[in-house]
Amino acid sequence: MGRKFRICLMLVLFIPSLMVTLSCVRSKTILPDAMEQVAAQPELEPSEDQCREPAAEVAVKTPEPPAPEEFSNDDIQFDYDSSDLTPDARELLRKKAEWMSQNPDKKATIEAHCDERGTNEYNLALGDRRAQSAMAYMVEIGVPQEKLTAISYGEERPVDPGHDESAWAKNRRVHFVFE
Amino acid sequence: MKKRGFMFAFLAGAVLLFANAGAEAADYGYISITNPSFNKTPIAVPVFKATGGQNNELAMAVKGADILADTLDFTGYFAIIDRNKYLFDPQRDGVSPSDINYGNWTVIGAELLVTGAVTTFDGLIEVELRLMDTYKNGMLLGKRYKGTVDDYRDMIRRFCNEIILLLTGEEGIFDSRIAFLSTGTGNKEIYICEFDGYEPKPFTRNNSITLFPAWSSDGKWMAYTSYKHGKPDLFIRNIQGDRESVVSKNGINTTPAWVPGSLELAATLSFSGDQEIYLLTKDGKIIRRLTNNKGIDSSPTFSPDGRRMAFVSKRAGTPQIFIMDMNSGISKRLTYSGRYNTQPNWSPAGDKIAYTAMNGGSTNIVVINADGSGQTQLTNSRGYDESPSWSPDGSLIAFSSTREGSSRIYVMTARGTDPKRLLSISGEQTNPKWSP
Repeated sequence: MGRKFRICLMLVLFIPSLMVTLSCVRSKTILPDAMEQVAAQPELEPSEDQCREPAAEVAVKTPEPPAPEEFSNDDIQFDYDSSDLTPDARELLRKKAEWMSQNPDKKATIEAHCDERGTNEYNLALGDRRAQSAMAYMVEIGVPQEKLTAISYGEERPVDPGHDESAWAKNRRVHFVFE
Repeated sequence: MKKRGFMFAFLAGAVLLFANAGAEAADYGYISITNPSFNKTPIAVPVFKATGGQNNELAMAVKGADILADTLDFTGYFAIIDRNKYLFDPQRDGVSPSDINYGNWTVIGAELLVTGAVTTFDGLIEVELRLMDTYKNGMLLGKRYKGTVDDYRDMIRRFCNEIILLLTGEEGIFDSRIAFLSTGTGNKEIYICEFDGYEPKPFTRNNSITLFPAWSSDGKWMAYTSYKHGKPDLFIRNIQGDRESVVSKNGINTTPAWVPGSLELAATLSFSGDQEIYLLTKDGKIIRRLTNNKGIDSSPTFSPDGRRMAFVSKRAGTPQIFIMDMNSGISKRLTYSGRYNTQPNWSPAGDKIAYTAMNGGSTNIVVINADGSGQTQLTNSRGYDESPSWSPDGSLIAFSSTREGSSRIYVMTARGTDPKRLLSISGEQTNPKWSP
């Protein structure tokens, strides 16, 4: 075996792993809550799982269609038992609205969720208020209402199955699905 | 033996064995449902006598006594005395009042005694059942039932119903059923089981989230929410499943509750942009809007006379229970303690409302009088105790709890005692609703 071959082998092994590492860094910065992407859009979004088992995951994933801009993947977070939009939430919604204006053929489904605390009857109504808050703001800043659909899932579809504040915070969210 | 009617009524038809039995029922007053300082009545349920003595009959004798003891135990009214203490052999000692040595029963503390004699032949089964008062040395009730082997449980249950009617003056719960949600298939679907958890069967197969089962007061209709069309719509379906209406307005269509004695129901709809409670026909047409208040209004439940509706509202800043007078439309706040009180369920007697109270990290079942007095916490669980639903006689409350890990359905007395798990099936179970 020549030296050349060993170098080739190293490159073959090294380059993909570098790419995976880079993609992990990227997906980490872009997707603070990558679990969400897996749950909500399994076939569309890159997943943080790639970081843990790069070879297997990269091999298994089918080619990914072009994703919406990074901000469109971010979820809007809410305080406990609240449907009020925080400044961060408004900022994110503005970016999503901007993206929709640049992609006029796209429609959005606004999926609203709650954490597990409290009862599912009330949480379905609370999720509805979260969806409507987000939708009302999008319309206010110029997105045509007919491009938006709101669905409350209440506490039925947690993105994090945990039972602590960090899980609850993730689960109190509005998630946009563009199509 | 005074009078015996040897009319054989098929399919668990009952024959009153003794005409005098039950005549004095009202005078007995053994059990008071509403008595708070209530003591369980000690009762003995020995293995039945197998009249022919064959093996399969002996097995039915044991099985029948077990079903009877379990059924009575479920009510919470009785303390079933351990069979090991019995000084009695049904094969030797006989089962009719003249055969019984009552001293053998009072000495072990039994106040009541049920004896049975079972005969099997040609795939049919006949069972004679007697309820006796061991202190008054008398028979209170005697019935004979005959049917197929498959009817055996039903025959025994009917006798238990007679016992409860005699002792409490109220119909028992043994013909009632419990609807609940289970995730066994991977989706929340509605299941229905008998009052004691027996024979759970799927009612919906929507392959999507299904929530909030609600029985009509005649037990013939079920309303519920399902995402089977992609969003939370309201379905109103008869129990046979051959008629169905859908309320599919924008927003949520949730938390149905039927008005007692009618085929109208209330539900939460948010097509107006606000979650409000509306009165609907069973065909899903809006009759009128009941609440009119910015903020969440949800989870209606009606007083038995249909004149008042309790519901959850966030109008005071936190979710609390309010009561609306249906005539005037005026609402009054019911709950003041705690910051999260939801899922009201009005008792069949009309005097109490059970609800789910979240306080700090714990979620428990609480009852309160409809006038706001007498607030009592019934559970004290480390898990989430949620979704109370009264039994049709008001003596028991079904609820869901995570006390053993996964969410399961439990039943306790209306006083909060004797909680027991209703069933063991795969998945998690929530949102029980007891049928009328």
